[in-house]
Amino acid sequence: MNSSRARTGYWWYLLPGMLLVTAIVVVPLAMNIYYSFTFYRGILPPQWIGLENWQRLFADAKFWTSFRNSIAMIVAMVIVPTLLGLVIASMLFDLVGKRFGGKVASFLRATYYIPQIIPIVVAAIVIGWIARPDDGALNSILATVGLDGARQNWLGDPTWALPTIMVVLIWVQVGYPVVVFMAALARVDPELYEAAELDGANWWHRFRAITIAVIRPEIFVVALTCTIAALKVFAPVYALTRGGPGTSTTVPSYYSYSEFFQRTQVGYGATISTALTVVIVAVSMVFLVAQRRAEQAEEVR
Amino acid sequence: MSGRRTVRNTGRRNARRPLDWVLLAIAVLGALVVVAPLLLIVLNSFKSPDDYNQGGPLQLPSHLYFDGLTRFWEASDFPTKLWNSIFISSMVAVLGVLVSLFNAYALGIGRARGRLPLLVVFLLANMLPQEALLYPLYTMSKAVGLYDSQWSVIIIFTVIQSAFGTYLLTSVYSGFPRELLEAAEIDGAGRWRSLWQVVVPVSWQTLSVLLIFFFIWTWNEFLIPTTFLVSNDKQTVPLAVAALQGEKLMDVTTTSASALLGLIPTLVFFLVFQRTLTRGVTAGAVK
Repeated sequence: MNSSRARTGYWWYLLPGMLLVTAIVVVPLAMNIYYSFTFYRGILPPQWIGLENWQRLFADAKFWTSFRNSIAMIVAMVIVPTLLGLVIASMLFDLVGKRFGGKVASFLRATYYIPQIIPIVVAAIVIGWIARPDDGALNSILATVGLDGARQNWLGDPTWALPTIMVVLIWVQVGYPVVVFMAALARVDPELYEAAELDGANWWHRFRAITIAVIRPEIFVVALTCTIAALKVFAPVYALTRGGPGTSTTVPSYYSYSEFFQRTQVGYGATISTALTVVIVAVSMVFLVAQRRAEQAEEVR
Repeated sequence: MSGRRTVRNTGRRNARRPLDWVLLAIAVLGALVVVAPLLLIVLNSFKSPDDYNQGGPLQLPSHLYFDGLTRFWEASDFPTKLWNSIFISSMVAVLGVLVSLFNAYALGIGRARGRLPLLVVFLLANMLPQEALLYPLYTMSKAVGLYDSQWSVIIIFTVIQSAFGTYLLTSVYSGFPRELLEAAEIDGAGRWRSLWQVVVPVSWQTLSVLLIFFFIWTWNEFLIPTTFLVSNDKQTVPLAVAALQGEKLMDVTTTSASALLGLIPTLVFFLVFQRTLTRGVTAGAVK
């Protein structure tokens, strides 16, 4: 079974997968990188122009704005959901699950998870519908409670458009850490909590010393996958604002898409998407190294 | 030991302090905030625009009004969109799981050479922003006559989903009980038969989780379908909902109705597969 002849026999099974991933991922990725060094409008063959697109990119204020908006997306998809997820998960697990029964806890967990399952475009349209400018639900509720001054053109105002999209993302995302962290909490030995309680540790002490320590691997995974997702955000921006008003909600993926298909500046669009790829790969590597360090530090202790 | 713990726990359960009720109320309130947007959509999809303008978004409809729903249903040719989504997502789910299975069989059980670099390629394929592949795929699909064909979307997502599936399944198969495979070998089973008679039945739970996730992930996709499926009769449900926004026929309650129709299929799916979905999220998160 372990002889090298036996091992090579498995190669056949890799063949379809390898061919597919080469044709659909490796070759297109290489072509896209190549396009970033060319002038290409989609009709005539690409013309090599060296680093011109890249020089333009680094001087392009809109590009930097799009990445600044990505940071807002990271706040909305990583930081807020992870923090909320920690609090909600430990509340549901520790308190609701133990004092009110597992059924109540898993029903609430399912409720928090619902927006995760909706197509993100539809989720965006739901929130966009509530935030309609004149007769929108949010504005009429504000008027009914006497806050007429707080009414806004939520998606049409450069100050409010980005926060409104952030709300969509927080809403969609919060259920994911709740589900993951609750499963992780099931791993914590209850005796540990009881011992800590007897030692006089309050909830906050236990939360910091036990909960966070035990579920740290999951926090890493959630933070990494959500950061990648946040850097890729496209559909809500496309459906709600098309990057506007002005450049107030532009994100890198939407910027490259509009260069590809609206302005047909394929070379420049490819440069933006290649830059985004580099950022995503770099961020993932930083995360993985940090995680390994944390694990090693744990082992030393 | 476990008996003692149960007794103690039930004892505790009865001793609910007032603070517990406050915290429960907060948890319930949070859950209500999460479903509130969906409830608003349900509430307002059955109102006429006049009814909405007079009563506001929070009133119950003064009478049930189905014009918004039927208008969107007809304008978008909803049954066709539903069928397209089902067809594309099912094909991707089945093909994606099949490709993941073959890859992981070779990498996890066969420990094929070059295992690590290959896994990195699959991981990368899953991480990449789709924009980094979009334009080359667009020109390639035109070159081979698959532009505006559902097969282009099916093939692309089979690869993207199976990249994740390969990664996950390989780590599951790395710990596959060797005795089972050896026993099958002694019985004279070849690789092919071992795969279907031993590996697949033993790992069926993981495979079914993948099947369900590939289906729902593909259903919810937007960028690639919107780029490749230009004909109206080939588009999916999320595209149909997004496409008609801002059109003239979309008054306030018809827009709400369009969102409702976009929600219902995935909500039904969620209710049916809720257990598997939550189990899958946790399995996927810890690898």
